[in-house]
Amino acid sequence: MKNIANSARLAWRYLWARPLASALNLLLLTLGLAAITMVLLVRAQIDRAFERDLAGIDVVVGAKGSPLQLILAGVFHLDVPPGNVALADVQALAAHPQVARLIPLSVGDSYRGFRIVGTTPDYLAHYGATIAAGRGWVAPMQAVAGAQVARAAGLEPGARFVGTHGLGGNGHAHGDHPYEVAGVLAPCGCVLDRLILTATESVWQVHEKALAVDAEDSKALEAEREVTLALITYRSPLAAVSFPRYVNTSTPMQAAAPAVEITRLLRMVGVGTDVLRGFGAVLLLVAGLSVFIALWSAVRERRADLALLRMLGAPPGRLATMLICEALWLAVLASVLGLLGGHLLTGLIGWMLQADRSLPITGWLWLAEEAWVPVSAAAVAVLAALIPAVNAYRADVAQMLSSR
Amino acid sequence: MIETRSLAFGYPSGPQISFPDVSIPQGATLVLRGRSGAGKSTWLALAAGLLSATQGQITVAGQPLQALAPAARDAWRARTLGFLPQKLYLSESLSVAQNLALVHFAAGLRAEPGAIAASLAALDVGDLAARRPSQLSGGQAQRVALARAVLLDPRVLLADEPTASLDDDAATAALELLRATAQRCGATLVVATHDARVERAFPHAFTSQIGIQPPPVLDSPL
Repeated sequence: MKNIANSARLAWRYLWARPLASALNLLLLTLGLAAITMVLLVRAQIDRAFERDLAGIDVVVGAKGSPLQLILAGVFHLDVPPGNVALADVQALAAHPQVARLIPLSVGDSYRGFRIVGTTPDYLAHYGATIAAGRGWVAPMQAVAGAQVARAAGLEPGARFVGTHGLGGNGHAHGDHPYEVAGVLAPCGCVLDRLILTATESVWQVHEKALAVDAEDSKALEAEREVTLALITYRSPLAAVSFPRYVNTSTPMQAAAPAVEITRLLRMVGVGTDVLRGFGAVLLLVAGLSVFIALWSAVRERRADLALLRMLGAPPGRLATMLICEALWLAVLASVLGLLGGHLLTGLIGWMLQADRSLPITGWLWLAEEAWVPVSAAAVAVLAALIPAVNAYRADVAQMLSSR
Repeated sequence: MIETRSLAFGYPSGPQISFPDVSIPQGATLVLRGRSGAGKSTWLALAAGLLSATQGQITVAGQPLQALAPAARDAWRARTLGFLPQKLYLSESLSVAQNLALVHFAAGLRAEPGAIAASLAALDVGDLAARRPSQLSGGQAQRVALARAVLLDPRVLLADEPTASLDDDAATAALELLRATAQRCGATLVVATHDARVERAFPHAFTSQIGIQPPPVLDSPL
């Protein structure tokens, strides 16, 4: 133990006797490890966000079109919905014997890039959201702001704001129909953080009043009321077999199963993260090679030092230990810097995505899988040190000392 | 004491070198004479246990070396021998004091800064402890290497060509330093050299002439 500590101390001195080479190797190793850490963190958070937002939603029903688009628009609010469906059709589905619960969503307006979603209080209950300030809506044109929206847009109970037509933020402003903020939600770490919620009737009111020229017109519009889509929970898992087929063949709507679509999506995203992970592995391999070359040349440069140590009575194993310690120092330093760098990069990505109003990603998250980062760093370092260490072990001291 | 009997060593791709028998008491001085390549370094490597004799016996400081396994030989060498190589092998990666600490590292001991400082001071280079070897003069470097050789009070001090490339005054000083240091430690001193000045400096030393014996000339039938 004492000898290992001494080897480690001496290895540290030798390491920094070549500061430039050591710093470059450290940088290479750190980059590889940071890339791998970042991929781990981002991938885990995307998976978790999807799982959390999807929990309890068995099927999404909306206008015909791309099923993946419907899921992205309806569950994650990342895409525009394929269209609207008639309120009457959705109400008919709510009465279907296989449906336990149906939550209608009306999407189409936004405020400062955050979506205004018309729905029922069931939507809040589904995600277990709690009110942090104020109260829920009790009448049309009252709204509840998600935590991230409230923070970014400065909304608090009693504030008034005007929605913009469309989801981009550049559309026509519904200036004569301001919303009043009734409450602000506590952060739930789910999709609600990024939404402004209101009664479905509010959305109808805003658009019908904007379009109708007289009372008769209003009546006609009322009869044609629509919602964008509906989130449905089955009464029994068996419904998954027949219900989507029923919707797809017997109604003008389509049913999309989130589990199926998200598996498809994650496979596509997975290619991206696999590429990144592969990139990290290549970086790590390059770093390993560079550490190997550095130690190899160190053994050549230090042939005399090693011979002298043998002459002074150091057993060959201690010289090999010293070289491995030198590589392990790099691994330890690179692991600390790589983990820090990976978390910082992830935080940066999260910050950029936040400005983008999409996925919630943070650098302040530690995963059990990150334990692989120092493990792989140590493995790369020891592998890189192995051949130089064997070389040091086998050094022919007598010949080295007698060579002039 | 050092004693050899019928000692011989052969490199796999070279002739076998036979060494004359030697027997000197503890604390005495032995001068190994011979031209370059005659086998003086090989004799030192055999005495240090770095090479194993292919023939004969060698006993150093009372220890028959052929009786020791390689690992035990390393430990014995660390405890018993001091070595002043011709190339001084001071590591440029380390300071002077850290170079001396290598002795403790090699012997598996905790570094003793006090002993290192005392050893450097005894050779009048105590104020150079923090310098790098490249910042030393030739004479200073040799003193540092000598301080390193005697740090653990060895029973035997081996010096390989200590006067090579030194002028007369420097050579005399170096040899006097070597003699005084060995005497201070009570160590047996072995000096391998091709330099006639060494023998003159150690008039009472034992000497051993080392040279490759010419192969026997066979009468050819032609």
